[in-house]
Amino acid sequence: MTNIVVSIENISKSYQLGSINTGTFYGDLNRWWAKKRGQPDPYLKVGGQDNRNHTGETLWALKNINFQLQQGDVLGVIGRNGAGKSTLLKILSRVTAPTSGVIKVKGRIASLLEVGTGFHPELTGRENIFLNGAILGMQRKEIQNKFDEIVDFSGVEKFIDTPVKRYSSGMYVRLAFAVAAHLEPEILIVDEVLAVGDADFQKKCLGKMGDISQNGRTVIFVSHNMSSIVRLSRTVLLMNNGMIDGLGVPEKMVSQYLMSGATSLAHRKWINSNEAPGNSVARIRSVRLVNQDMQTIDTSDVREKIGIETIFDRQDITVPIVPVISLHNEDGQHIFTAIDTTNKSNQLNKIGQYVCVAWIPNNLLNEGRITVSIALNTFLSQTVVRQAVVQDAIAFQAIDPLEGDSAKGVFTRNWGGAVAPLLEWTVYQDDREIA
Amino acid sequence: MVSENIVSSKDEWDLIIQPQRSWWDLHFKELWHYRDLIRLLVWRDFVAYYKQTILGPLWYVIQPVLTTVVFTVIFGNIANLSTDGLPPFLFYMAGNIVWSYFSACLVSTSTTFTVNAGIFGKVYFPRLSMPLSVVISNLISFAIRFAIFLCFLAYFILSGTHLRPNIWILSVPVLVIIMAFMGLGCGIIISSLTTKYRDLHQLVSFGVQLLMYATPVIYPLSSIDDAWRWLILVNPMTPIVEIFRLAFLGVSDINPAYLLYSMGFTVLIFFGGALIFNRVESTFMDTV
Repeated sequence: MTNIVVSIENISKSYQLGSINTGTFYGDLNRWWAKKRGQPDPYLKVGGQDNRNHTGETLWALKNINFQLQQGDVLGVIGRNGAGKSTLLKILSRVTAPTSGVIKVKGRIASLLEVGTGFHPELTGRENIFLNGAILGMQRKEIQNKFDEIVDFSGVEKFIDTPVKRYSSGMYVRLAFAVAAHLEPEILIVDEVLAVGDADFQKKCLGKMGDISQNGRTVIFVSHNMSSIVRLSRTVLLMNNGMIDGLGVPEKMVSQYLMSGATSLAHRKWINSNEAPGNSVARIRSVRLVNQDMQTIDTSDVREKIGIETIFDRQDITVPIVPVISLHNEDGQHIFTAIDTTNKSNQLNKIGQYVCVAWIPNNLLNEGRITVSIALNTFLSQTVVRQAVVQDAIAFQAIDPLEGDSAKGVFTRNWGGAVAPLLEWTVYQDDREIA
Repeated sequence: MVSENIVSSKDEWDLIIQPQRSWWDLHFKELWHYRDLIRLLVWRDFVAYYKQTILGPLWYVIQPVLTTVVFTVIFGNIANLSTDGLPPFLFYMAGNIVWSYFSACLVSTSTTFTVNAGIFGKVYFPRLSMPLSVVISNLISFAIRFAIFLCFLAYFILSGTHLRPNIWILSVPVLVIIMAFMGLGCGIIISSLTTKYRDLHQLVSFGVQLLMYATPVIYPLSSIDDAWRWLILVNPMTPIVEIFRLAFLGVSDINPAYLLYSMGFTVLIFFGGALIFNRVESTFMDTV
């Protein structure tokens, strides 16, 4: 027998746009008076544009969403801003009601949309634990049973009888999260975008989510961080314009998502030579990310060798050119720049189209979204002449499937650093005195 | 609108989220489930209020005494309004503490949606628990004022003023419950409307002021001409104030049967308010 815990059936949500009312009684009166005298509506917005699904003045934030979740599922929800992710979470957490459709749920739903909701600054930590717990739907007995655990987890024992307004922001967040984390719902909803706190806290959040799902609970979470989506979720829901674009294996959905946007293409090409970036010396015609079989890919396994293929036209063979690739991660951090030191590009001294592949060794890149910039440069002794440049030519997602054989070993949390190389380690016993 | 079916063991689903629930499904059962929350909210209001003031609980004492003194001077001494032959101080104090509880209930619940939009937007709990907790925490200040009133009453009686507290004292709990639900009912209707019209707020504080003059707070019912008396009697707060005075001071022109009218009005306004509130609560986040 299947064990469906969440069943979402035909959920739609519409918002009224424009002239429902002006927000004040005076405004409505004013509009009515203007209409009466045949004047234009004084509250009408001019030039407002929106490319969403409009039917008249209704905006469909969600349209006919259908899916089911089994017990223990971890569903990652991805999509661009305004795709309907947050609306879906809001409906699930009952903050707002759907326009049509039904959601059936087994067990208790709790949302970690924002920790510390309902904390009162004048009350002490202890008092706020009880208040916050009650707001989240816990019974007093439940809170009493878990009180010590919550205090312990938060690490604010010393200040538990101090009003929270005297807490540092870190303490505040830790205490708030401790309450939410001990709620132990059967279904947990997390919106990572709204989760306050520093990177450390976010990691703790994600770690706790991992623990929760291992206990057979169901988790639904929204994230823009593709690495944590791939790492944590078992299924990914891809949303676009209020509709489901795909539901399936994380890697596949993530690449579908990345492919769908113009900036996240793993393959760029310029059909018309005159419009291709470059000058009379050389022009870049195509850039793509390839695997060892020369197939275009947009997500890469960090354990595998990948290539950046550049196709360019050499038009003036008297000027030597050197291909350059430059990689940046999602924080804008420069990972590395590499040039073709073998000078192969200049050895083929003919006008024509060239294919050049820069191979990035396996087990070098760290996880994350990586953008690649390409240039064809002429290096003189003191200066560099850039004959052709494409900033952020392509982007791809480097993923660590966490099978224990990458640089992170069995560690599953975020791993700092621009690169994560798998090094050779030498370890042996030597009991001699240190000279 | 969101509805909740609390589990009965036969039900397959614990929770069904759907757009429309029936008008009559006010899920008071769920409210009962959240009684701990209501208790904590009441206590939060009280503690927070107490902690934020310099004078602390003294406020609860100063405010009614000062208001009564002002009423006594202005309406009693300067305007020379009738007080049914009662000591003006007690007369105004009785009217004032009753009226201030009702108006506090009405005004503070009328902002439920706008004031709590932040928390309502993040987490679900029965929305009615917010205004309900406000009404209950107002009861604390009412109790304090009531106690002060009793002190003054005892002082006046001991110093020889002829007053006749009587059996109607037993009706005080009923009067309080009627006021609480009438204030709550009016308040949640207004708060439901303020999700659409923000400027209704100004109207509320102003309206409540005016309403006070249409209630026998600063004058006795007996001072109104028979021709106009019906106008004052239409006001469902009139019997409350008058019966309160009758109970403790022993003088009033009201026919106690009017209390039934207040009761009926309260039942109507409260259920009407709950129905509207119920309609608004599930989608107000989209409009606020």
